[in-house]
Amino acid sequence: MVRLVAITMQTKELITMADFVLYALLAGISIAVVAGPLGCFVVWRRMSYFGDTLAHSSLLGVAIAILLNLQMQVAIIGSCLAFAALLLLLEKKQALATDTLLGIIAHSTLAFGLIVLSISDRVQVNLNAFLFGDLLTVTRSDLFWIVSCCLICGVVLILFWKRFLAITVHRELAMIEGLAADRLYALLVFLIAILIAVAMKIVGVLLITSLLIIPAAAARRVSNTPEQMALGSAIAGCLAVMGGLGLSYFWDTPAGPSIVATAFVLFIVVYLKPTAGKR
Amino acid sequence: MDRDLLIKARGIGVNFEGRQILSHIDLEIFQGQLVTLIGPNGAGKTTLVRVVLGLLTPDEGQMERAQGLKIGYMPQKLFVEPTLPLTVERFLKLAGPSALDVGTLLEEVRISHLLKQQVSRLSGGEMQRVLLARALSRKPHLLVLDEPAQGVDVNGQIELYELINIIRADHNCGVLMVSHDLHLVMAGTDEVICLNQHICCHGKPEHVSTDPAYLALFGRREAETLAVYTHHHNHSHDIKGAIIGEACCDHHADKGTHNHG
Repeated sequence: MVRLVAITMQTKELITMADFVLYALLAGISIAVVAGPLGCFVVWRRMSYFGDTLAHSSLLGVAIAILLNLQMQVAIIGSCLAFAALLLLLEKKQALATDTLLGIIAHSTLAFGLIVLSISDRVQVNLNAFLFGDLLTVTRSDLFWIVSCCLICGVVLILFWKRFLAITVHRELAMIEGLAADRLYALLVFLIAILIAVAMKIVGVLLITSLLIIPAAAARRVSNTPEQMALGSAIAGCLAVMGGLGLSYFWDTPAGPSIVATAFVLFIVVYLKPTAGKR
Repeated sequence: MDRDLLIKARGIGVNFEGRQILSHIDLEIFQGQLVTLIGPNGAGKTTLVRVVLGLLTPDEGQMERAQGLKIGYMPQKLFVEPTLPLTVERFLKLAGPSALDVGTLLEEVRISHLLKQQVSRLSGGEMQRVLLARALSRKPHLLVLDEPAQGVDVNGQIELYELINIIRADHNCGVLMVSHDLHLVMAGTDEVICLNQHICCHGKPEHVSTDPAYLALFGRREAETLAVYTHHHNHSHDIKGAIIGEACCDHHADKGTHNHG
């Protein structure tokens, strides 16, 4: 995809070129803005493995969608939501320790997904795009889709912010105080599922969780309230997207991994920053 | 239901996977009454608390609550992820209306200085008071305290139990308290319920425990007293199924004083 950019430049389609970068930037930033606050919950609730599992399993959905010739974007969201529901159900059953359960599902669905993709060779499939993202091929309709989903997630997140926070701090206290903790948790998981579905285009299933947790972890260092951390996380995510796209643009690095690498550098810089006394 | 009756449980039974956790539990709590629930580990104290709180539907029996009953709950402990930046003020505001007067609330539990402190950095005793403040923030009719003095040193425990008594008097709310420290809580308790899957015995704690000197004595000798107490509790487990009487808890305390007095 980086070559594609280079070729585009050579053919002097500069306007199209600008569109590519602009679309990629807009898509990346809308996802980072929502992934920031949502990622805070992933960190606070120790759900990073949960997010990973959700992302990996969605690849199986993608593979099935390709096999059945379904509309891709709808199929990805559908499979993310379906696997989110399945994970919620299994978690409630508590047949196995949660991390064991997630480990089984994450890797077996990834394996099945790769197998299904390999047998559907009648279709041209760019496996790398699904695994590591394909930000620079974002089209106008992709962008519309991504922005709409992020907007919906963002609005729901703002409306339910205090309630999500209450069930995260203490589930039973929140229940006694009148909150439907199970339903709120399910809603939070579905928001994460939707975000993972649309972010797949940006960083791919293998790197998605990092977009949720690295900016949040970096923001923790400089915040004293949950809201500060959410805002800081969104800003860190945007910086990572811009930095990563810059790297990709100037040094021809793959966009998805460049974004994650930038986020990591940002995280390290924030953590090396000397603090003024112990908070 | 009576006007002052907050909750009324009749014949509560709970099973987990075929194992009987609670059976035939009757429980009434009135406005302004302090009921203490004691019993060995695995006696079903927390299960009964969950039934009272409405977190668990019993398999048998009936649970009635006064209309519009507001319950303030203080969990055994609260672990807040260090990754979650949360001040005491913010923590308290998670429960009630956003116009909640956190200052007054903290004054009531004597920790005004902790307003801006991060919750994840609180000591055991500070955390318990913050949790108590949270339970009070909704102006409850019934306070449910699950081992409120856990992780608090002995002097802190006495202070905490005194505070709970003051709060009960000020708010005239009912209190259901789970506690291991029978000797420390006796003074303020109206009714003690000895639980070991069923109610072994219940009644008023003995008269002598209201003497401040008695409390001071047991404050110093907490460890020994509790050891004896636990021993006798195991004993009462052996005679499980004995007819419900009022002597069991007094009997424990008598032995405790006798052996060490």
